[in-house]
Amino acid sequence: MAGGGDKLKLLSTWFSPFGSRVQLALHLKGLSYEYVEEDLMNKSQLLLESNPVHKKVPVLFHRGKALCESMVIVDYIEEAFPDAGQPLLPSDPYKRAIARFWVAFMETKLVEPWMRMLDGTRTRAEMTEGVKQMLAAVATLEGALGQCSKGKPFFGGDSIGYVDVALGGLLVWVRASEVLLGVKFLDAARTPLLAAWSERFASLDAAKAALPDFGRVIKHAMMRRGAAAAVLAANN
Amino acid sequence: MAGGNVELKLVGQWASAFVTRVKLALHLKGLSYEIIEEDLRNKSELLLSSNPVHKAVPVLIHNGKPICESQIIVQYIDETLVGVGPSLLPADPYERAVARFWAAYIEDKLVAPWDRVFRVKTDEERGEEMKQMLAAVDVLEGGFKECSNGKCFFGGDCVGYVDVILGGAVSYAKANEAIFGAKLFDAAKTPLLAAWMERFCELDAAKAVLQDVDTVVKHGKFLVAKNSARASNN
Repeated sequence: MAGGGDKLKLLSTWFSPFGSRVQLALHLKGLSYEYVEEDLMNKSQLLLESNPVHKKVPVLFHRGKALCESMVIVDYIEEAFPDAGQPLLPSDPYKRAIARFWVAFMETKLVEPWMRMLDGTRTRAEMTEGVKQMLAAVATLEGALGQCSKGKPFFGGDSIGYVDVALGGLLVWVRASEVLLGVKFLDAARTPLLAAWSERFASLDAAKAALPDFGRVIKHAMMRRGAAAAVLAANN
Repeated sequence: MAGGNVELKLVGQWASAFVTRVKLALHLKGLSYEIIEEDLRNKSELLLSSNPVHKAVPVLIHNGKPICESQIIVQYIDETLVGVGPSLLPADPYERAVARFWAAYIEDKLVAPWDRVFRVKTDEERGEEMKQMLAAVDVLEGGFKECSNGKCFFGGDCVGYVDVILGGAVSYAKANEAIFGAKLFDAAKTPLLAAWMERFCELDAAKAVLQDVDTVVKHGKFLVAKNSARASNN
């Protein structure tokens, strides 16, 4: 199933921001891997067997084992390949705790409200509330970037770190959400540090390799929204 | 990584399962600390300044520096503070990933609905959250099998990270039947978890730190009544 030896295999979808996080980590570490595209509308045996609990991508295969959950996978890559590229986490345990704090914040305060809005069944009031929560989260992350970077280019300082990977993986989807929701999340006036950071991040080789095409994501999201709306209409 | 004089303060609140996790970790490591009990209806300057983002307990203050979020605190304790006993997280990267996976599962699929069970306003919503919790317990039974490999704890022979993360909520697990009418870890449905819970309670750290179950029952019933009453007043 997973293939033996040291070869890395990543099961994901072209549009998954969580998959992008893993791809970013792999690229930044200079690790080569086989990529397998999953069809979430028709889940494969491989996915169902390797992630029976969540049945979700991404799943990373290494040495006959399956790793699930994007940031758990990023931690694994960091720990299993200590000599590959730069460490994503700082060596200082307190600074590590700070990095983990901001990733945990991102998951509950930015990603969760966003994912709830994506299923296409939210009321107008729920959407407004979701957008409000996301804007508040982005405002806090602007402060976090100032604190963590201390004037340097990234959350990780001079080089990309753990928080950069966690947020960077979401970048194209955040920009797509701006179009879909009609709200500017990364705004040069309100969040200047994050706006500059996102330009800088998007220009990295790893980002170009790991992040999906913006236009393609917009089209995909519109299609999904259309499908959800059609289901809603059919059920009413 | 200093031995000797380590200044540890834990800003906490007796009822919090998240705070209990940190207390368990500190006790397992034989580390002494000062507990600062918060009144969450009247949060202290210390809490507000050391956790400005969430304004929540627990916060561990180590030599004046605050660490927030219970799982992050437990990992910090495990990595940084030289105490007694083995590491909570295993050394092998894959085994660490398995532990982290189940800790995340417990957080998202068990603890989050469990928290909501106390806060929601209607019996219907409560029932829905309870259903989600019980479904998660079924899956976690499989998780225990995977992690323990036939041994006593999620961590194997010794208490590990997942044991601490779940362990923080054991008094609430024991209180569940009295508050909501359903056993959380029912020996008939999830025998491994039911046995784990009994075993966990025998640990010195558990005896030192876990809340009295009757007190938790009273507190839980009070919370449910308070939040339901708030609804009927709207």
